[in-house]
Amino acid sequence: MDLQYTPEEQAFREEVRAFVRAKLPREISEKVLNHRRVVKEDYVRWQKILHEKGWIAANWPIEHGGTGWTAVQQHIFDEECAAAGAPRLIPFGLSMVAPVIIQFGSAWQKSHYLPRILSSADWWCQGYSEPGSGSDLASLKTRAARQGDHYVVNGQKTWTTLAQYADMIFCLVRTDSSVKPQEGISFLLIDMHSPGVTVRPLYLYDEEHEVNEVFFDDVRVPVANLVGSEGKGWTYAKYLLGHERTGITGVGASKRELTLLKDIAAREVRDGVPLTADPAFRRKIAEAEIDLLALEMTLLRVLSNRSRPGPEASILKIKGTEVQQALTELMMEALGPAALPFSRRVIEEGGAAGPLAPDYAAPLAARYFNWRKASIYGGSNEIQRNIIAQQVLGL
Amino acid sequence: MDFSLSEEQQLFRDAVARFVQNEYSFEARKKIVASPKGWSDEVWAKLAEMGLLGVTFAEADGGLGGTAVDLMVVMQELGRGIVVEPYLATVVLGGGAVAIAGTHAQRQAILPGVVAGERQLALAYGEPQARFGLHDVATTARRDGAGHLLSGKKSVVLNGATADTLVVSARTAGAQRDTQGITLFLVGRGAQGVTASDYRTIDGLRAADVVLDGVRVGADAVLGQMDGGLEALERAVDLGAAALCAEAVGVIEQLNALTLDYLRTRQQFGQPIGRFQALQHRAVDMLVHAEQVKSIACLAAAQAQSGVTRERRRAVSAAKSLVGRSGRAIAQEATQLHGGMGVTLDLPAAHYSKRLTMIDFWLGDSDWHSERFAAAA
Repeated sequence: MDLQYTPEEQAFREEVRAFVRAKLPREISEKVLNHRRVVKEDYVRWQKILHEKGWIAANWPIEHGGTGWTAVQQHIFDEECAAAGAPRLIPFGLSMVAPVIIQFGSAWQKSHYLPRILSSADWWCQGYSEPGSGSDLASLKTRAARQGDHYVVNGQKTWTTLAQYADMIFCLVRTDSSVKPQEGISFLLIDMHSPGVTVRPLYLYDEEHEVNEVFFDDVRVPVANLVGSEGKGWTYAKYLLGHERTGITGVGASKRELTLLKDIAAREVRDGVPLTADPAFRRKIAEAEIDLLALEMTLLRVLSNRSRPGPEASILKIKGTEVQQALTELMMEALGPAALPFSRRVIEEGGAAGPLAPDYAAPLAARYFNWRKASIYGGSNEIQRNIIAQQVLGL
Repeated sequence: MDFSLSEEQQLFRDAVARFVQNEYSFEARKKIVASPKGWSDEVWAKLAEMGLLGVTFAEADGGLGGTAVDLMVVMQELGRGIVVEPYLATVVLGGGAVAIAGTHAQRQAILPGVVAGERQLALAYGEPQARFGLHDVATTARRDGAGHLLSGKKSVVLNGATADTLVVSARTAGAQRDTQGITLFLVGRGAQGVTASDYRTIDGLRAADVVLDGVRVGADAVLGQMDGGLEALERAVDLGAAALCAEAVGVIEQLNALTLDYLRTRQQFGQPIGRFQALQHRAVDMLVHAEQVKSIACLAAAQAQSGVTRERRRAVSAAKSLVGRSGRAIAQEATQLHGGMGVTLDLPAAHYSKRLTMIDFWLGDSDWHSERFAAAA
């Protein structure tokens, strides 16, 4: 057992740090570090910078344009980017659909889509949930009927994150209603610009337009856009979810948020004493930090033991989101009454929501509400517990 | 970054595991706990024979020259059997203090005897008013010729009544809560003026309240630096806390396994109760806690002997704080999931729950370590 980073890994960290310091645009990192809204142009700009360096696809094999990094290197990269205030890499293309295409896709799908994901030419979104199919995903109803060289798709997806920006959507669709629900599902890649696709915004309770409903009305999709075999979509979906859940752990971002929490707590006072010296609040911060430290060690333990996480990814998802939510909660709590003033414009453009409140306060309550999503998406934490109960505990 | 055990460590672990499995059954433990002394000479001799009593001591002192990670391996397996023999008190705390602070002569006089299983130690640092603080020392050591006269009270001293030698913290200068002015002394338990009142602890161990009433010790009794004993004391207690975290990992793994067995076999409403989602999710939470504890215990072991005080304090206190919180949560769930059986004396799981809960009350509880962690940031 040796929990020190190797000299090579430390050198790698220095290399990443130097690169990010030199190349991450300040306008973007300022937004991230001040919890201001990051928009499509910011994400794409940063992703193109990484692409140019060859660092955009940390988790892909080298032959497809990935970095070939070890799991520990990927973690170091994630941590350094997050600490510097880089926006997250939009996962739908890079870490969700790409691994599926690499593993199960056709030669054409690989040669056509993978380069476009690498270069951020296509923005992808995820077509899984439906109004009637949330946790019970296999009950999904969006239909794809084969007509010659095309599938004709009808139905509705929901909670589709950033679909308003998307060029492509990967969709679970029902191609056979006569078999067990899981066996009638296929995995389709659909052009969002196709006739019959409509995107309607859903506003979350922080008033942000982050998710959408996506409607399919006789949308024609070439059969070449079917991934793998018809009826095997559920297998691919589960493969993808394993990737999604490790990504959701978010250790790098949580470490950054912990630092920001401490900064804020040092500036907020109770009885003339900074919250960092207030015994009650200081203990809350310490316990969140300890949980995060244990989570980081758990993540590294899982990553160093095997290349692809199995059902233990669910453990990471549960704990990762609990830590994220605890941090957003503490940041809001640190503000006291200054958490109350709200302005959507200020969250987008900067400044203070109340004339007497500090700038850093403006986004934090909204952010708390926004992050309640974390224990719901990617398979709710209760679904994760079902998975662990069955697959790990054998209950 | 490598979390795996070396081949040697695995062999070592398997040997301890086999011993616990074959020779430390629940029934055997029950008899040992109920015996007048509260632990077994026979078991102790066996631990000595297996080389466990010298794991962390230098080879020059008769030990195996191992690290805190080797110690972790041993403690995990002892935890699996909730072994009550005074390993922590003698090898880790008392032995740790001697190994850290002792002169060559002191180490030679004490440690080979420990390794051979012939000498028992205890670290007598706690005082009734001090709670978990190491620096709140009211016990005094007054100059008396070349030696000292020790007077004071040491409470809840693990293995205090069966130790041959006590490592006692006493104030040689300064005010009661000064960090400077503390000195460690080696005191024979049989020395005149030492009274150790032995009692059981609720987690199956033996401790004693020790009263020192003008105990005369010679110049060679000073262990480590005069007036500067706190640092060595802290290092020994940190090694102990890391070892307790490792023990907790073993206790937790066994307790979780016992609970899972019960969920699979106990039938109600015509099916195993493990089919019920309300119980499944609680079992999963126990597993999540267990994984977190396992991870942080590794970190504590890796840093427990670090020369960088801040790193050591942060890692050990993070681990002990989490073990306190998660351990209590697991013990509560395990008890609840066993239903009425969970609160009976006959059930092994009940004893694991008790030990796991009370680990938080040895060497600093969760609140104390969270605060120490925050202060070290």
